[in-house]
Amino acid sequence: MSGLIKSSIARKVAMALSALFLIIFLLLHFSVNFISIFSEDAFNEASHFMGTNPLVQFLMQPILILGVVFHFVMGFVLEAKNKASRPVKYSKYNGGASASWMSRNMLVSGAVILAFLGLHFYDFWVHEMTVKYVEGDMSGVIPGTEHLRYYEEMHAKFADLWRVIFYCVGFALLSLHLLHGFQSAFQSIGVRKFRNAIVKLGNIYAIVIPLGFIFIALFHFITQ
Amino acid sequence: MAILDSKVPEGPIKDKWTTYKDKINLVNPANKRHIDIIVVGTGLAGGSAAATLAELGYNVKAFAYQDSPRRAHSIAAQGGINAAKNYMGDGDSNYRLFYDTVKGGDYRSREANVYRLAEVSGNIIDQCVAQGVPFARDYGGLLDNRSFGGVLVSRTFYAKGQTGQQLLLGAYSAMNRQIARGKIDMYNRHEMLDVVVVNGSARGIIARNLITGEIERHSAHAVVIATGGYGNVYFLSTNAMGSNATAAWKIHKKGAFFANPCFTQIHPTCIPRTGDYQSKLTLMSESLRNDGRIWVPAKLDDAKALQEGRLKPTQIAEEDRDYYLERRYPAFGNLVPRDVASRAAKERCDAGYGVNATGEAVYLDFSSAIERYGKEQAKIHNIKSPSAAKVYELGKAIVEAKYGNLFQMYEKIVDENPYETPMMIYPATHYTMGGVWVDYNLMTTVPGLYCIGEANFSDHGANRLGASALMQGLADGYFVLPYTIGDYLSNEIRTGKIPTDSPEFDEAEKSVKDRIDFFVNNEGTNSVDYYHKKLGKIMWEKCGMSRNEKGLKEAIAEIKALRDEFWKEVKVPGGADELNPELEKAGRVADFLELGELFAMDALNRNESCGGHFREESVELDGEQKGEAKRNDTEYAYVSAWEFKGEPSDAVLHKEQLEFKDIELKQRSYK
Amino acid sequence: MNLTLKIWRQKDSKAKGQMVEYKVTDISEHMSFLEMMDVLNEGLVAKGEEPVAFDHDCREGICGMCSLQINGEAHGPDRGITTCQLHMRMFNDGDTIVIEPWRAAAFPVIKDLIVDRTAFERIQQAGGYISINTSGNTQDANAIPISKEAADKAMDAATCIGCGACVAACKNASAMLFTSAKVSQFALLPQGRVEATERVMNMVKQMDLEGFGNCTNTGACEIECPKGISLENIARMNREYLAASLAKS
Ligand SMILES: Cc1cc2nc3c(=O)[nH]c(=O)nc-3n(C[C@H](O)[C@H](O)[C@H](O)COP(=O)(O)OP(=O)(O)OC[C@H]3O[C@@H](n4cnc5c(N)ncnc54)[C@H](O)[C@@H]3O)c2cc1C
Ligand code: HEM
Ligand code: FES
Repeated sequence: MSGLIKSSIARKVAMALSALFLIIFLLLHFSVNFISIFSEDAFNEASHFMGTNPLVQFLMQPILILGVVFHFVMGFVLEAKNKASRPVKYSKYNGGASASWMSRNMLVSGAVILAFLGLHFYDFWVHEMTVKYVEGDMSGVIPGTEHLRYYEEMHAKFADLWRVIFYCVGFALLSLHLLHGFQSAFQSIGVRKFRNAIVKLGNIYAIVIPLGFIFIALFHFITQ
Repeated sequence: MAILDSKVPEGPIKDKWTTYKDKINLVNPANKRHIDIIVVGTGLAGGSAAATLAELGYNVKAFAYQDSPRRAHSIAAQGGINAAKNYMGDGDSNYRLFYDTVKGGDYRSREANVYRLAEVSGNIIDQCVAQGVPFARDYGGLLDNRSFGGVLVSRTFYAKGQTGQQLLLGAYSAMNRQIARGKIDMYNRHEMLDVVVVNGSARGIIARNLITGEIERHSAHAVVIATGGYGNVYFLSTNAMGSNATAAWKIHKKGAFFANPCFTQIHPTCIPRTGDYQSKLTLMSESLRNDGRIWVPAKLDDAKALQEGRLKPTQIAEEDRDYYLERRYPAFGNLVPRDVASRAAKERCDAGYGVNATGEAVYLDFSSAIERYGKEQAKIHNIKSPSAAKVYELGKAIVEAKYGNLFQMYEKIVDENPYETPMMIYPATHYTMGGVWVDYNLMTTVPGLYCIGEANFSDHGANRLGASALMQGLADGYFVLPYTIGDYLSNEIRTGKIPTDSPEFDEAEKSVKDRIDFFVNNEGTNSVDYYHKKLGKIMWEKCGMSRNEKGLKEAIAEIKALRDEFWKEVKVPGGADELNPELEKAGRVADFLELGELFAMDALNRNESCGGHFREESVELDGEQKGEAKRNDTEYAYVSAWEFKGEPSDAVLHKEQLEFKDIELKQRSYK
Repeated sequence: MNLTLKIWRQKDSKAKGQMVEYKVTDISEHMSFLEMMDVLNEGLVAKGEEPVAFDHDCREGICGMCSLQINGEAHGPDRGITTCQLHMRMFNDGDTIVIEPWRAAAFPVIKDLIVDRTAFERIQQAGGYISINTSGNTQDANAIPISKEAADKAMDAATCIGCGACVAACKNASAMLFTSAKVSQFALLPQGRVEATERVMNMVKQMDLEGFGNCTNTGACEIECPKGISLENIARMNREYLAASLAKS
């Protein structure tokens, strides 16, 4: 088993598993957000459930955070090791001739995603934590009303143009990250069956989901 | 001639090897670990020998000039390997393989050796399959065979067009296992530059570390030479750039007789030369002749126009084409043996009918095959009166399935599409049947010094059949040498480690160092390649596909003169104590310059035409065979084994008379 | 045609190297790339300078000896070929061609364009074989039928020539394609299954020890591989490795 943790293949398998986990999470996250376009109430209900259910809060959330942290830390570790494998660089290296930009720049797209996640955490997660656990308000309503607060808070965030732009850029890079990453994760865990289907599905996922997030951001910006 | 004892065991040919193995002296397993063996060369022969000797328990040191055993030139063999398995049930047997090989070699090989080769051939396939060599299989999951080189049965095993590669990688993997076990010490990027003979027996070698330039001494109880053929004496050949005769030549100078140097194989289907910068020639598999038709223009004017680029081959009408092989050899047509096909191409080109700018190329045309297959396919698919385009399309698909990768390789090199315009081919030096003389044990005339694979002269006589060199290399290495060497080594168990500080080692090392010092310090004017190319030209023109007394005498004089000039005017940049490819080449060319002369002497001595050696003086004078090669069994049914006496010209000829008890001698006829 | 060459020159493994510019003239488009290098070297020898050292042997794309990163690509701009099969018709008169050795921590430069690829040897020695006695009598070759499909796939993996282009082309200098080709060949054959667990564990371990990078699945190796070895082999090795690790634990 120790070989499984120390070897290059094991690291990549772990990377792929964390990524697949994130892919599933992202789909969930997207579904919830998408509701905000149709129904304020339904979005509020869903958000409140997610925000207060102990299973989600105390099991899923830590796993998710761990997953994200593991994924990007491992991303940096792999990149550092990979860089060390070629100490003397080529004076001319035509990487584009044989591999896509996305595949060669996973760290670049990843870093932008990380920056985006920073903002995202600051905007929502830190805020939620402060309200719920520092201020101790688990009600989820706008003070003095019976109305759930989630939709309004979220909607208000998209008033700033700069934030919307940042969102769009972040998701554009997530799209690039996944255009390579989705099928790569399957390759890493050794799944080669249904290769064509996986590549197609990956392309659809990598375009539809980020585009959907961008659409949601723009929707809220325009409907201010 | 008592001096040449072939040590062929008594008894009927079928039992010789078995009986001999039963009686041979063996080394006790516990003693094997006290015995060191040096194997120089890690191609099919050396690689398989090193692995097996290590498996048996000997301590092996193996040497190769490349950076890995996997790169030996055996890797380049395309077509396949013969074995008398009779899996196809077409009547093959050990005897038939034996018979075909002796006949194919034009009756100049030693019967007992060839029979043994046929006998162990089946075991090679078993062995290789067990190692994981991915031979081609049929849909039932069993091994597939193809026919090769115009014999009457299908006995050739193959792995796509990369049989040599797969067999070598098999031997390489067996070596790797022994390297991992510590039983083989592998010396990559090392070149053997001399053998050390102590009290008449081989006791070690001097090698140069090609990275650092360091000269090293290695001792052993026996030395095995498996360094491949000497085809590069022609400069241009299908051999690798580094293929050389140095090891074989060095042992020749230390007492090992050199046999039949003039027996070389010129392969008919190689991609022609395009200019003076040409560094090597590429073989196109012989299998192409199964479907390609060979022709040149019938009119000299057309040939001129082709040479000047004014005419395209497709513009020449059918009746203006000369399918000279079909014309001269109606029975075998385009499938005549290699030597015959090569000479016929040369004859046409010498007469001015060559088809490219250099005038040294003939066409290999697939248009008839495409049409034939196309019509066949149309019938199979029930297409009534198909259009010419449809026929072409269907036919092309079949040709592509059979030869697609070869056509692609051709197109990469020549930049012409062989489906649309005929391929150009020309003969090129490919294999050397001659080599170091060995007895039945594969031991040279120096005790404890063995020679296996293409480097020895053994099994192919005057002409080698396709797919039999791989067989011989592996037979020698896996199944013959590991037994026969025990007979010698059983007397060595009390010898102990061989010291490397003896005067013999001092002396050998000194001569190696002196030569290197000469090269790096000589203030010459011409590069090594300059001399190599000149030598190649002499060899090709005067000791090539057809030879005559006058030409050979000139060649001897010219090579001698060239050698003298080389030793005055050669220029080798760089130093001795570093990686220096020019220095490596210089040493190899120096040896080729001596070997070339012996080659010409041998060709001059053999005033008969046999196999690849065609003497213009020895042809049929009349009858149906008029103008064809004429073998002379009464005077020349012997192996010429040359003993070195200071200068190539002083070499002394010893004859090993060949006896054919199990095969009747016949003139080959392909009419 | 006339060309400008920028070539990495380095005296030996310890020396510091640099790019040096050369001109060659009258290059025929029919020449192979290495014949063009021969012309350059002939010229250098005539001038009394040291020729450029590069690895090569068979010059027909099978021994795997030739290397060279040409204009930033392993074995140059053409596909499905080695450097020795690259022809000058791929270039134009007046071009500048940058020629460098393979670059990887595990492939140190020995001299000029020659690198040390013995890391590959050690990977093979770690398990790239089937343990059978080469001197003994084995069973008949047709005793184990192997489906044509498995045999063909094993053959495709086995065509690797060990040139190192996969490592050279990979942005991570990873040797996964090379290692997986051998692991796959044997994994696909019944003869190889017996030692499959040990083999994959040991070969991967050695591969990691040599300092090759990780696989990001960019696919550059497959594209630059002169023999077109498929990424499928890497997936297979990943699978084999996972199964082996689980079996071992
Ligand atoms: C293009 C081509 C296609 C062929 N196709 C076929 C075929 O289809 N079927 C067939 O049966 N035969 C074929 N042959 C012939 C056959 O491949 C060879 O005869 C055979 O492989 C030779 O094997 P070997 O082990 O004797 O030598 P090689 O494989 O040439 O090995 C020589 C070894 O010696 C080493 N060496 C050489 N000199 C020195 C030195 N001075 N010091 C240290 N080491 C040295 C080298 O490093 C190498 O390891 C073909 C040959 C060629 C060239
Ligand atoms: C938090 C910031 C992120 C960083 C820094 C990051 C970084 C990386 C890096 C460097 C790789 C390539 C690893 C390698 O193969 O060498 C990678 C792979 C991958 N990432 Fe990310 N990533 C981030 C976020 C995400 C997210 C949010 C997702 C999905 C929703 C994701 C999905 C993937 C996938 C699918 C792969 C491919 C895994 C494989 O090749 O096995 N990443 N990531
Ligand atoms: S020199 Fe052999 S592959 Fe290029």
